[in-house]
Amino acid sequence: MSNVAVKNLNKTYTAKVVPVRDTSLRVEEGEFLTLVGPSGCGKSTTLRIIAGLEQPTRGQVLINDKDVTALRPGDRNIAMVFQSYALYPHMNVYENMASGLKLKGMGDVEIRDRIKDANDVLGLDDLLDRKPANLSGGQRQRVALGRALVRRPDVFLLDEPLSNLDALLREQVRADLKQIFERQSAPVIYVTHDQTEAMTLSTKVAVLHKGDVQQLDSPERIYTRPANKFVASFIGSPQMNLLTLPCEGNQAVLGSSRITLPDRFVPPPEVVLGVRPEHIRIASPGDQPLVKGTVFLVENLGMSYLVSVHVDGSEDTTLRVLLPSDQTWDQQITLTMSPEKLHWFNVQTEERLPDHGA
Amino acid sequence: MTSTTPQSSPASSTPSPTRPGWLSKQLILAIGAVLIIIFSLAPVMWELLTSIKTNEAITSDPLVYFPSWSQYTLQHYWELLVQNRFYIYIFNSALVAVTSTVLCLCIGSPAAYALTRLHLPGERIILGVVLVVTLFPYILLFLGLLEIVRAVGLANNYLALIIPYTAINLPLTILVMRSFFQQMPRDLEDSAKIDGYSTLGMLVKIILPLTLPALVTTGILAFIFAWNEYIFALTFITRESMKTIPVAAAQLAGTTLFDIPYGPLAAATIIGTLPLILLVLFFQRKIVQGLTAGSVKG
Repeated sequence: MSNVAVKNLNKTYTAKVVPVRDTSLRVEEGEFLTLVGPSGCGKSTTLRIIAGLEQPTRGQVLINDKDVTALRPGDRNIAMVFQSYALYPHMNVYENMASGLKLKGMGDVEIRDRIKDANDVLGLDDLLDRKPANLSGGQRQRVALGRALVRRPDVFLLDEPLSNLDALLREQVRADLKQIFERQSAPVIYVTHDQTEAMTLSTKVAVLHKGDVQQLDSPERIYTRPANKFVASFIGSPQMNLLTLPCEGNQAVLGSSRITLPDRFVPPPEVVLGVRPEHIRIASPGDQPLVKGTVFLVENLGMSYLVSVHVDGSEDTTLRVLLPSDQTWDQQITLTMSPEKLHWFNVQTEERLPDHGA
Repeated sequence: MTSTTPQSSPASSTPSPTRPGWLSKQLILAIGAVLIIIFSLAPVMWELLTSIKTNEAITSDPLVYFPSWSQYTLQHYWELLVQNRFYIYIFNSALVAVTSTVLCLCIGSPAAYALTRLHLPGERIILGVVLVVTLFPYILLFLGLLEIVRAVGLANNYLALIIPYTAINLPLTILVMRSFFQQMPRDLEDSAKIDGYSTLGMLVKIILPLTLPALVTTGILAFIFAWNEYIFALTFITRESMKTIPVAAAQLAGTTLFDIPYGPLAAATIIGTLPLILLVLFFQRKIVQGLTAGSVKG
């Protein structure tokens, strides 16, 4: 049973540059944790600290409950896949995969066996004596992955491994990655800025922003219950509508419409309403609440239309709505949204307002 | 994004090989190339021919440009190597140049690596100083060095040449190697660390093979400088048996004051240049190879 954890990790360069503030995470056997966030959120730094390539200013790194903070990267029994793949250009594929094992003093026979096992998954057999320069991007990516797999490490660390692939290949390799890592049990920590990768691959997602973990949860909960405004806006594409609305009694005012606040919290004077474009639809008779507006922009996404609407009575407010491509609508549009799909956030703290009775 | 424009009218955009303009263009290009080659290599050719012409052919009037079969001789080389024992100077030059080049690379590369990766305090100042040193005309160092050589008692010692040559070439080595190290992807070193390489192992097994082209390039430059250097070699070394090729060649003398030994001089020049040419030709492949090998990204 392997696991990896960081405790109260902090990395401070200067008083203003603090890529990691106070991060604690734990990844168990069989778990796939993705660190996701915009650039500069500290996700790569965290990963590099876990790998031992950087020393934390404070805090600990634990692998299998042993403190490895002071150990060199080579002594931690980890494997890392880099964005640039970082294959040794002067070694062929076989040597690239074998180099780490040779350093551990492993015999040739076992090295051969391990590489063969990895190749059963990756299909690199025909490429073993090629140099990286003679491989395509996708092949290099697989070699980098193979180099990690043959180590049979206690933890896999992946730093944006798909970022250098073109869009089509990326989707395919993403699916491959998921299968490969589902087949083995060592914990995986995966860094990406791509929320789709985070959602599709992970069992757990940590959303990072400005050196802090904003939310650590399953992908489903990150999507359905974002802990604050940042997570709400970062996860989900197209982006969630986030509207700051004044309240009258227990109703939020959106243009000429009123949206009833749930009774689980005391109505604040102002509130942030979050609603995903895919959770807004054209109103049928009997729907509540109703939001009327004027369509000013339609973007065709293929399977659906992304429609931007100015809300009547509050012209500055824009709602973005995903509508199925077989639906038609007029310039003047009446929309509705289900109350259970609405997210409410505190205006000042930007935290999610309680889901249960206050 | 370069080759996406459709060739709508091939006749006007790319000249087809059958068109008359194409042929004359190629012809002009070829003639130009030949002229440039003649312009650059004629002096070398002249030197080479002089070194294998008989003395009569050298001094004959009108000039013999291309000697006839009877006018070829290897006498000058024989004179040079056997009578003047020129191999001593070749050995001296080689010893001094090779040693200073190796020293230069061995000291300069680690220094460049440290300046690239360690983020030393005052790094920019150090680099600035290194750059200024390269701009300094080395002739100006000469008098000071002469005093030092005398004070330390290094005169007529190979070290009197090896140390200054190394020092003069170091700044260039550091600058070239540093820019090379900077281009090397950091990930590669990180990857090596995770594989478990020690710092030394990483340097020897991963960095060094990748740095080879840069080492060869700077090495050749340092070697050429040391091989051709004249002033220091002339001043710091007075013992006959320790002179280097440039000095020895300059001091070749005929039997009388007015007899200029053109033949042996030319032969000395050829012997002195040959190793450099061979060196560059031999390593050229390596340089080009190394510079074009793609390693990361897809």
